[in-house]
Amino acid sequence: MILKSRHYDSPKGARRSFLRKMLAIPAALALAHASLPALADDANTTGLAVTKDTVKVGILHSVTGTMAISETGSVQAEKLAIEQINAMGGVLGRKIEYIQEDGASDWPTFAEKAKKLLVNDKTAAVFGCWTSASRKAVLPVFEQYNGMLYYPTFYEGLEQSPNVIYTGQEATQQIIEGIDWVVKNKGAKKFFLLGSDYIWPRTSNKIARKHIEKLGLSVVGEEYYPLGHTQFNSVINKIKLKKPDVVYAIVVGGSNVAFYKQLKAAGIDMTKEHPLVFTISVTEDEILGIGGENIEGAYAAMKYFQSLPNDNNKAFVDAFKAKYGNDIVIGDVTQAAYLGPWLWKAAVEKAGSFDIDKVRAASPGIELTTAPEGYVRIHENHHLWSKTRIGRAKADGQYEVVYESKDLIEPNPFPAGYQ
Amino acid sequence: MFADYTSSELLSIFAMQGFAGLILFSVFVLMALGLAIIFGQMGVINMAHGEFMILGAYMTYLTSHVFENYLPASIYGMYFFIAMVIAFFAAGALGALVEWAMIRHLYKRPLDTLLATWGLSLILQQLYRTIFGTREVGVTLPDWLMGSYALSDSIEVPINGLFVMALTVVVTVGVWLMMQKSRLGKQTRAVVQNRPMAAAVGINTAKVDRLTFALGCGIAGIAGSAFTMIGSTGPTSGQLYIVDTFLVVVFGGASSLLGTVASAFTISQAQSTMEFFLSGSMAKVLTLLVVVGILMLRPQGLFSLKMRK
Repeated sequence: MILKSRHYDSPKGARRSFLRKMLAIPAALALAHASLPALADDANTTGLAVTKDTVKVGILHSVTGTMAISETGSVQAEKLAIEQINAMGGVLGRKIEYIQEDGASDWPTFAEKAKKLLVNDKTAAVFGCWTSASRKAVLPVFEQYNGMLYYPTFYEGLEQSPNVIYTGQEATQQIIEGIDWVVKNKGAKKFFLLGSDYIWPRTSNKIARKHIEKLGLSVVGEEYYPLGHTQFNSVINKIKLKKPDVVYAIVVGGSNVAFYKQLKAAGIDMTKEHPLVFTISVTEDEILGIGGENIEGAYAAMKYFQSLPNDNNKAFVDAFKAKYGNDIVIGDVTQAAYLGPWLWKAAVEKAGSFDIDKVRAASPGIELTTAPEGYVRIHENHHLWSKTRIGRAKADGQYEVVYESKDLIEPNPFPAGYQ
Repeated sequence: MFADYTSSELLSIFAMQGFAGLILFSVFVLMALGLAIIFGQMGVINMAHGEFMILGAYMTYLTSHVFENYLPASIYGMYFFIAMVIAFFAAGALGALVEWAMIRHLYKRPLDTLLATWGLSLILQQLYRTIFGTREVGVTLPDWLMGSYALSDSIEVPINGLFVMALTVVVTVGVWLMMQKSRLGKQTRAVVQNRPMAAAVGINTAKVDRLTFALGCGIAGIAGSAFTMIGSTGPTSGQLYIVDTFLVVVFGGASSLLGTVASAFTISQAQSTMEFFLSGSMAKVLTLLVVVGILMLRPQGLFSLKMRK
C-alpha cells in the first residue's frame, strides 16, 4: 500500500483519475499551449525550481562524519517517500527531483549547503538536519531566504519557526506520558536521571524532573557525562548505591553502546526491572550497535517502533526492506523523516501552489491518515500531533509495544511550568 | 559529601570505585601502549591511532561472524582469542604499509607526520564507512565474558573488566620483555638513543622503524578488539579514545613505558574517584586541569628518559 493523505485521492482514485486524464488527452492537447504556462505560474510565483513537469527539493543530511551513523536512515526514508510519491504521479503533476547535499557532521557546512539549496538551486522544500546544532545553524538561512525545512528528529523544543515543520516530537511529547506510565504501571517512586552533556538531554531531564516532582516523587540523582564518554562504571556504582526504581537514561551516540554494555556487565539485568531502565534516546538504529542482548528489558518512549502492528506500518516496513535490504532496521527518526515529503505534498496540494508562503499557510491542519505511526496532524505551532508509545526492548533488537497513548498528544514546544 | 552514606556503604563505595578505577586504568594502558611505543621510540605522533584500534574492532566483528556462521557452536566461546590475534596482525600489517608508504618519508618533519596521520585517520574512517556501512555494528560477546562476579552483596565485579585487566597485564609485560630482552627491542632502543651510531654498528634502522611502527599499530588493534566488550564499533568510534590516549602518553612522559603506566594509573584513579563524588563532566574538567597544571610545571611529563642531547 502507498501512503496518502486525506486531502487527495486514494491510489484507486488516483488510478481512476489517471484514466480520466487519458480520456481527456485529446482535449488537453488542444488546450496545452494556452493552459500549461498559466498553471505553472499559479503554482510557482516566486521563482522556485519548478517546471511544468518537475519540482526540485533538497535533502540535507550528514553522510560523512560522526553523525552519518544516525542520519543515514533519514536519507533513506526521504528518498523512499519521494520515490513513492513520484510513482503515484508526483506533486501537482510534477515529478520530484531531489538534490542531495552532505552536511558532513559540521554545522557551518550545513548552513552553507542550506544556502546553496535555497539560493542557487531554488528548491521548493528541504528535508534535512538531525542534530539540534545543525538545525540552529541553518535556521537563520531558512528564515532569511524564506525556505521550508522538514526536520525529523525528536528534540528539546523551545523553538518554533515559520520556516520549519518539525515532524519529530518535542520533549514533552516523549517525556510526560512515559513518566506517567511508569509511575502508574510500575509503581516507580525514585528516579535516577542520566544524560550526555548537551542541550537535548539537559532540557529533557529538566522537564522530567519537574514532572516527577510535581507527582510528589523523588529524583535521587542527576548526572551528565561528556559526549563520547566511554566509561560508565562510576555512575553504575552510584546507581547501585542509590537504588532508584527507574534509571532514566538519555545517553547518545557511541556512549550509548558503552553505557548499556557496561550496565549489563555490572550485573544489572534489565529484564528484572530492578531498577527499570527507561530511555528516550535508543531507537532500533542504536540497538544495532548496542546489541539486543545488552539492552533486553529496557523501556523506551517513542512515537514509532518498527514493530507497530498496523497496516500502514507493515506496508512501510515492506517497502523499506524491499529497497534497502532485509536486515535494515527502522527507528523513530527514520519514520519521522519519511513523513516529511508526504506532509509537504499534502500542503502543496492543499495550497495548489509551491510558493513557500502558501504552503506555510496551508500546513496547519494537514493530516496523514496513512503515516506508518498511524495518524498525524500538523499543529498551528508547526509540530505534529502524534501518539506516544512505550516499547520494551527484546533480544532480537526490536521493541515490543506495551503501551500506546489513548489520544494524540498535543505538541507544546514552550511548556509552561517546565522551564 | 560523605554524610549521605553509612560507613559500610562508604567502604563498599571505595572498594567498587577502586575497582572501577582499575578497569579504567587497564583500558587507558591498553590504548596508550601502542601510541607510547610509536611516539616514544620514533617521535611520530600518530593521529590515526584510534582508527587502528577500530580496525581491530572490525576484525573482531568479522571473526565473530565467521565463527557464528561457519564453525561449530561449541567453539564459539573461543573466538575472542582468535579475533585478538587477527586484530594484531591486521592492524600491524596496515601499520607496516603506512610506514612504508608515508611515515618514512616524513621522519625529518615531525609536524608533518601529525598532519599526514590525521589525514590518514580521515581516509580510514571513510574507508570503514564504505566497507562496513555508516551504522555501528554490534559485536556479540561469548557468554563467558558476560555478567559479573559478586564478591559481596554490594560489590560486584564485571567479568569483562577482569578480562581487560588480565589482557593489559599480559600485553604490558610482553612489550616490556620484548623491549628489554629481545633482539628487536635492543635494536629499537639503540636506534632511539643514537640513530647514526646504531646504523654504524650494522642495525638496519629502516627495518627497525617499520617493525616498531607495526608493533605499535598491532597493539592498538588488540586494544580495539578488547574494547568491543565495553564500547561501540563504528567508523568514527576511534575518535572517542584518541583524546584520553594522548593525555595518558603526554602526561606520562613520551619515551617511557613506565611513565605511561604511572600516568594511566594517576589519571584513571583521580577520574573515577571524582566521577563518583562530582558529576561526570566536572570530573573530566578537573582531571584535565590537574594534568595541564602538572605539565606546566613539568613539561617532560612524569617520567623521562635521561639522554645526552
